[in-house]
Amino acid sequence: MSKDNQILEDLTSKEYEHGWSVNLEVDEAPTGLTEDTIRWISAKKEEPQWLLDWRLKAYKIWLAMDEPKWANVHYPKIDLQSLKFYSAPKQSNKPKSLDEIDPELLQIYERLGISLNEQKKLQGIAVDVVLDSVSVGTTFKDTLSKLGVIFCSFSEAVKEHPELVKKYLGSVVPMTDNYYAALNSAVFSDGSFCYIPKGTRCPMELSTYFRINAANTGQFERTLIIAEDNSYVSYLEGCTAPQRDENQLHAAVVEIYAAKHAEVKYSTVQNWYPGNKEGVGGIYNFVTKRGICAGDYSKISWTQVETGSAVTWKYPSCILKGDYSIGEFYSVAVTNNYQQADTGTKMIHIGKNTKSRIVSKGISAGHSQNSYRGQVQVMKRATNARNFSQCDSLLMGNRCGAHTFPYIDIQNPSAKVEHEATTSKIGEDQLFYCNQRGIATEDAVALIVNGYAKEVLNQLPMEFAVEAQKLLALTLEGSVG
Amino acid sequence: MLSIKNLHASIEGTPILRGINLEVKPGEVHAIMGPNGSGKSTLASVLAGREEYEVTEGEVIFMGKNLLELSPEDRAREGVFLAFQYPVEIPGVSSTNFLRTAVNQVREYRGLEALDAVKFLSIMKEKMKLVEIDQKLLSRSLNEGFSGGEKKRNEIFQMAMLEPSLSILDETDSGLDIDALRIVSNGVNQLRSPEKATIVVTHYQRLLDYIVPDFVHVLYNGRIVKSGTKELAMELEEKGYDWIKEEADSTAV
Repeated sequence: MSKDNQILEDLTSKEYEHGWSVNLEVDEAPTGLTEDTIRWISAKKEEPQWLLDWRLKAYKIWLAMDEPKWANVHYPKIDLQSLKFYSAPKQSNKPKSLDEIDPELLQIYERLGISLNEQKKLQGIAVDVVLDSVSVGTTFKDTLSKLGVIFCSFSEAVKEHPELVKKYLGSVVPMTDNYYAALNSAVFSDGSFCYIPKGTRCPMELSTYFRINAANTGQFERTLIIAEDNSYVSYLEGCTAPQRDENQLHAAVVEIYAAKHAEVKYSTVQNWYPGNKEGVGGIYNFVTKRGICAGDYSKISWTQVETGSAVTWKYPSCILKGDYSIGEFYSVAVTNNYQQADTGTKMIHIGKNTKSRIVSKGISAGHSQNSYRGQVQVMKRATNARNFSQCDSLLMGNRCGAHTFPYIDIQNPSAKVEHEATTSKIGEDQLFYCNQRGIATEDAVALIVNGYAKEVLNQLPMEFAVEAQKLLALTLEGSVG
Repeated sequence: MLSIKNLHASIEGTPILRGINLEVKPGEVHAIMGPNGSGKSTLASVLAGREEYEVTEGEVIFMGKNLLELSPEDRAREGVFLAFQYPVEIPGVSSTNFLRTAVNQVREYRGLEALDAVKFLSIMKEKMKLVEIDQKLLSRSLNEGFSGGEKKRNEIFQMAMLEPSLSILDETDSGLDIDALRIVSNGVNQLRSPEKATIVVTHYQRLLDYIVPDFVHVLYNGRIVKSGTKELAMELEEKGYDWIKEEADSTAV
């Protein structure tokens, strides 16, 4: 084995940091999925009839659909009937404030490095945390509500702001969109809801942490962000899960609506459990994220750092409907061991003078397979649409794969579309050079990888960028030489 | 400081070094010359610990330690510096960031405190003058888009920052115009001191006009076949390498 492979081997053998789980008393739906399960969930959440009807409609649509097979990922068929579709930590009464939250729950979040109590005191980030199927606490609510910003759990939004939920739910990702979106629409349990009123610049980062704790549970969260005219919000999302031998399913839907001159920045650091070195266990991450730039001059920017999950299937997309609207997608996807990722974006240019920018940086190590799949579509009336795509792949060792599947569909001759792609390997020369200056190999890999991903990491808010850099180094620890 | 005894090394089974003997004392500058393919760069690489080369025989003692047993990074931390013939590019990593990581890892190994950003920058400013390097260049990605001269200056700048006891310059003169050569040599000369030693690997005598060696060794077929003072370099410049080859080949038979 060459040194290259040896270091890759070591780097990739790093243990998952968030693999612990806590025994919490939980409220669970009966195993399996039937119409009754959906009624059970809806009743549990004391939902209005319209939402139950909506779910049941989605369920019927889903029943007639097949699992998508086009992605470049392979996994055994998921037996949905062996899953639980709802699991919530038992709390005698709904907490009215953070002080009433079960201390054990709070401990979970402290271990994740998110202290709700501290967040409450520190200025800067408002956090909503979702454990398994429910949101357990949202900070900074009062401060935000003074500005008219609504930031709460999805369930709460259904109760407090039904008119908004009714108007926008499924408006960007219809329940018929795809198999997992339909499934999510039928069984989604919780998630985050944000509403930024006209002319408001949200003064702090809004952040949600998702955590799957219970075994044999699927997590189906639903996030809805609405930015009214001339508003701005930056939203962060982080996720982790315990280390379990069986695979767990995560099928989320995120919808973003941006009105005239509104700007939404959505950043994700995805660190679900990736499975062990032999590829046993890990999260199946099948996520539909889409935003619509509905108003003129609106902008939606996705930034993702994907390091976790056994299988990832995820294409945060932008529908550029408003004239002069802008869509951006910045992605770093790291796969190691036996992880598989098929991720990318769709930029659909409908309005005139719309612009999109795609920067995708894939990093593959171990036996992993990493695919970029992206679609740039310019519709007939999208005069002067512009797109720039850059897809880079970095390979570590010689047992992994990097693939690029760009689709370009242009129906307006004035469009300008550029696509650049590169593939490189972390060279022995680079590592030796670093070693010769006294830098240990692991640090050299971290340095090289972070340099490679810099353009994307620069898009993240500061606190997240630091976390993401560490995560990249950890994920690849032991993988070069 | 450095004692090489009967060093043999090969790459993919092909022997390149066939019994090198060399003693380097503090304060000395040794030039290693020789025709193409004689093993000059291999010697530099083996001393720095490049993995592709297999040491099949012999020993190298550096400041009392068995150098061959140390990893490349530990050799660097012990004070061995190699100025590369072809410095590599690392996109997205600024020279400053790279060097700060390196300096602090070396300091940690030596039991010194890490330098904070302010201290580091002030030391950097001082050393930048040695090789007339511009701060703008150092904030760019390491060696990416640098000219040949800029890359070599950056090597010597790194050398100044890392303060090695033994510096090995591998064909530092290759690809340099006369001005760059002067700047680079100037930098090297200013870093000379009674405690430090330098090995200059070069094909041409030209560099030795600027960096004057105490000893000159001629490498041929993996052995040092002739040693002398700087006059030997002049002789090589005049007569070329053929007479050395003939001499060596006749004694080898």
